Amino acid sequence: MTTFVSLLVNGISQGAVYALIALGFVIIFKASEVLNFAHGSMLFVGAYVTARLVPSIGFAAAVAIGVAGTALLAVVLERLLFSRVGRGTGLASQGQVAALTIMTLGLDIVIATDLTRRIGSRVLSLDQPWGTGAFSVGGVGLSYNRLIAMGTAAVLILAFLAAFRFTGWGVALRASAEDAEAAALMGIRHWQVSALAWLVAGGLAAVAAVFLTGSPTPGLDPSIRTVAFLAFPAAIIGGLDSTTGALAGGVLVGVVQSLIAGYAEHLQFLGGDFGGAVPYVLMLAVLLARPAGLFGTRELTRV
Amino acid sequence: MSDVRVSHGPRAALATRLLLVSLLVALLILAALPLYLEEFWLRVGFSIFAAVIGAIGLTILVGTTGQLSLGHAFFLAVGAISYCWLASEPSTLGSRHLGGLGLPPLLAMVLAVLISGIAGLLFSPVAARLRGIYLGIASLGLVFVGQHVLNSASPLTGGYNGRRTPDFSLFGFVFDDDNSGLKVLGVPFGRAERLWYLGLVLVVLAAWFAYGLLRSRPGRALRAVRDGEIAAAVTGIDVTGYRARAFLVSSMYAGLAGVLYALSIGSVAPESFTVEVSIQYLAIILLGGLGSVGGAMAGAVFVIGLPLLLEQYSESLPFLAEPGSGGVTSAEAAKYAYGIAVILFVLFQPRGLAGIAYALVRRRRAAALRRGDDGLPPDGGGTAPPRGERASAGGTADVDAAGAATSVPVGAPADATSGG
Repeated sequence: MTTFVSLLVNGISQGAVYALIALGFVIIFKASEVLNFAHGSMLFVGAYVTARLVPSIGFAAAVAIGVAGTALLAVVLERLLFSRVGRGTGLASQGQVAALTIMTLGLDIVIATDLTRRIGSRVLSLDQPWGTGAFSVGGVGLSYNRLIAMGTAAVLILAFLAAFRFTGWGVALRASAEDAEAAALMGIRHWQVSALAWLVAGGLAAVAAVFLTGSPTPGLDPSIRTVAFLAFPAAIIGGLDSTTGALAGGVLVGVVQSLIAGYAEHLQFLGGDFGGAVPYVLMLAVLLARPAGLFGTRELTRV
Repeated sequence: MSDVRVSHGPRAALATRLLLVSLLVALLILAALPLYLEEFWLRVGFSIFAAVIGAIGLTILVGTTGQLSLGHAFFLAVGAISYCWLASEPSTLGSRHLGGLGLPPLLAMVLAVLISGIAGLLFSPVAARLRGIYLGIASLGLVFVGQHVLNSASPLTGGYNGRRTPDFSLFGFVFDDDNSGLKVLGVPFGRAERLWYLGLVLVVLAAWFAYGLLRSRPGRALRAVRDGEIAAAVTGIDVTGYRARAFLVSSMYAGLAGVLYALSIGSVAPESFTVEVSIQYLAIILLGGLGSVGGAMAGAVFVIGLPLLLEQYSESLPFLAEPGSGGVTSAEAAKYAYGIAVILFVLFQPRGLAGIAYALVRRRRAAALRRGDDGLPPDGGGTAPPRGERASAGGTADVDAAGAATSVPVGAPADATSGG
């Protein structure tokens, strides 16, 4: 039982970080109908900038610059690249979706190749001030990094949900996602909504990266990019256009992964290293039952 | 892209004939190359042939039918591994047991292609429920789940260590270096030369089939599905059926590409078929132009050929560094190049190389038409073809250089009027 609770708590804390990433992914999709496969590279950029700055200016300042830098990079990319791809009025056509998605893949290749080259075979440390320690309550162990990650994620997510619900930007974003044309007629500037969405998503990715490189992970290496490939199914499980869904999906993926890893010896029949595939198995199962995800809006077509 | 073609009577017939002739010339050149090229180039060529076949399959699915798929790597893996399993004799290496059926390689290749097709069909119920982006990520799941399954099925696949590719042979003729001392026109024909012809023949067949498919009723149905599923359904097209068939055809192409890939590398492991491979194929068809068979070929030459070339010449290229020295290595340079190319193409030329070629041909054709129909004297004077006899030759961009040169000044306005 203790093992179970411990795995559950660890899974939730890891899932909270996935939720941050998935949330950014969903915000971008809602605001600009782009499926951002370069999200893994944003994690990478955030962690890399922070790791390089930590030795000279200290952790707090480095994180601030890392988060701000990544957020800014995301906006620049949106303005420079994604907003320029001619999009017809109304829904993007199938070919358009493919082209935009492939562009994010191209971007991901360029950024990831560059940073991987810079890091080489090193593992960079972000020197989190909370260190690599862990604590234990009643036999349930959790690293400080995971604990702080969970707390930070909760605060950020609440702040985002509040902004999403109550601020002008939140309303504008929801209106734009609902019906871009009508929103534009109501005087909502789509480019502002979109740019702000990328800003928020980039920032969230960088924050997530800070925790992903902390204990029990040894530090930053190029494999951080693969974490994004766990957040994509998380976003889909919840429903691509649902912020609540992203949170639920992230936590679900984290918990299931943790449980699978924890009970690996009982699950030999599933084959070794099933943890990497399980988010996708979950995702395919959810998609078969509910093609729009658990919380997504069902797409209705009217002729 | 509009596919309406305006027929110009004998003009069009001649253009088609010229196209056929130039294709034949290109084929003859490709067929003669093993007599002149070194083994390295032939190996590069064979890798490109493999990629061309895979890319044609993907462009039918993504470009023509509009089904975004990141799962191509999985179908390649199925093809490659099925071939190895079907054609190998069972073997035991230490504690590792590798199964195999020991079938004739040709039969193994055909069956591998069919098995890939079945894998595609099995996925199509999932695909039928999903649209656009959802489909893209679901097919991404195929790669991750598939890799896990294949890694676990080690008697079949060799697991993480992979397994050797059995040599291809056709009615007793082995596509490998042997002691027969086979020479053609004084050139020894070893593995690379033999495989080159195998690849060339398969590419021609694959492209021919794709052209036929895209120009026929099913091809038009697939495009209709891409352009509007509801409209397509209203006109009586079985949308779900055609989407499933697109997956079937596409994964069969991928399976064949997988078999060729296995032959070109000499061994396969499930580890090799990552998301990166899928991305590479998407880059190929995007650079070539979504939905274009010829474009898929051009894109494959760029994306697959470039890294191999840069690697070969990395010592003589000053901007490239040795691996591990911190500078840009050849593999990285190639990745930058195609990543950046993809971004630039989406921004400035979303129809890819095929779009560029199409615009050029149309411009020239329009210019020639105008020149012929208006009866205006061509400004090239004596070099231009006289009206009537062979005026149409000036309309085909790739053959009549003189006619082409004269058509440049009138290109821009003609472009606007020929809204084909």
